[in-house]
Amino acid sequence: MSAALVTTAGLTVRHGAATVLENVDFSIVPGEIVTIVGPNGSGKSTLLRAILGGVRPAAGTVTRRAGLRLGYVPQRLVLDATLPMTVARFLGLPRRVPAAEATAALARAGVPGIGTRQMAALSGGQFQRVLLARALIARPELLILDEATAGLDQPGSAAFYRQIEQVRRETGCAVLMVSHDLHVVMSASDRVICVNGHICCEGTPEVVAEAPVYRALFGEGTQGALALYRHHHDHRHGPGEGCGHDHTAKRAAAEEQA
Amino acid sequence: MLDDFMLRAALAGIGTALAAAPLGCFVVWRRMAYFGDATAHAAILGVALSLALSLPVFAGALIVALVMATLVTLLAGRGYAMDTLLGVMAHSALAFGLVAVSFLSGVRIDVMAYLFGDILSVSRGDLGIIWGGAALVLALTLWRWSALLTATLNPDLARAAGIDPRREELILTLALAIVVAVAIKVVGVLLITALLIIPAATARPFARTPEAMALIAALIAVVAAWGGLRLSFMFDTPTGPTIVCALALMFCASSVATAVRRRA
Repeated sequence: MSAALVTTAGLTVRHGAATVLENVDFSIVPGEIVTIVGPNGSGKSTLLRAILGGVRPAAGTVTRRAGLRLGYVPQRLVLDATLPMTVARFLGLPRRVPAAEATAALARAGVPGIGTRQMAALSGGQFQRVLLARALIARPELLILDEATAGLDQPGSAAFYRQIEQVRRETGCAVLMVSHDLHVVMSASDRVICVNGHICCEGTPEVVAEAPVYRALFGEGTQGALALYRHHHDHRHGPGEGCGHDHTAKRAAAEEQA
Repeated sequence: MLDDFMLRAALAGIGTALAAAPLGCFVVWRRMAYFGDATAHAAILGVALSLALSLPVFAGALIVALVMATLVTLLAGRGYAMDTLLGVMAHSALAFGLVAVSFLSGVRIDVMAYLFGDILSVSRGDLGIIWGGAALVLALTLWRWSALLTATLNPDLARAAGIDPRREELILTLALAIVVAVAIKVVGVLLITALLIIPAATARPFARTPEAMALIAALIAVVAAWGGLRLSFMFDTPTGPTIVCALALMFCASSVATAVRRRA
């Protein structure tokens, strides 16, 4: 097995008195696509931010391989209206890139010829693709995506994930993502990690989809409410959360049948 | 060559404008206008302390501005909303500073000169400090430009690129404190924020990139410094406020021009 790009050992994060993540052991190796799933407030984004170095662990460690090149696509990026920014300039942050390289990156991302447009004038889909193009310009060894398709419709996010897979094929970079699009993500991932304050379960998409804890969190079709009972853990999930995710699971099931 | 007080005043104004305008862009982008105010108002306390301890005014103002900026950064996000906190600290610092100045018996000082600036009395020594400080701020801004810009867009985006956003914030704070110390003589503590904000706001409609905005802002600030000085000489008005008036007029012109262009 090749050396891990990022490893967390016993990672615990607290916000004030609340423990957001507890005792998380995680690692990702080169070329791997790993997806983190979990209900709202389960600590998915906190885990990503801990790996980026944005939150300080209360206990445990986060170890990045020395000199690791990271690419990051945030959930959303709000540009202050007072900040003028062309797409081409944005691609060159923080390190300038030659114009030809920027043009090629935009073409690869499926948004050719928009280099002179203002970032604020882009549509949601174009914006996310530009964010991805920027993350890829640095030739990352690990690409981190935090709900990168949050603002996109179904075809848009499906196209986005196809592109992620293509990027992995072409560049061999590892991908770590948080997503709500369970049905899309599950099929594209090598490994799925189900987080709810701790790691509930992990494994291949098939293994996780069959795991009782996963089903408890995300429901299984119409029996989602019943499944909540089967979650034998020391914490409780509000029925609201179960319901919220129930829809996703139903939608996934419906689309599988279609 | 620097014997003419008008020439010294013009050089002092232009030096301050050149340093303040690009930095002011970050103040606008990061919505730190009130932060600039708090730092600037605190400087009057620094002036009082330097006079009491017979220190150079620049040093006292710089130190207190730095302490204030650090204090605000540390207190941010602990209970009070940022604008409330800054409102409390900015005006408390100003009030304590004015009270402290009144205690200084035996020293006859003109408080107005520190509140609104006294650019016509800039000495050669002052000019050296102003240009030294301005060059330092400009160098800091240029050196950290890309990192600062990335951290301004999104802290996590910066972290992924190996930039520590807190470090960049600290550098910005330091640069801000230096600008405050340098600008006291030029426009006074009450109007320093205008020198930071108005050029950037005026430049915004004409810029397509952050760099263009900083350049245009610097140009606007220099024109206003020079123009304000001439106008104050012609009409015998206080120079610091006249410079800010010139900036305000340019801002109005820019806003009107933008509105007309949108209609057309």
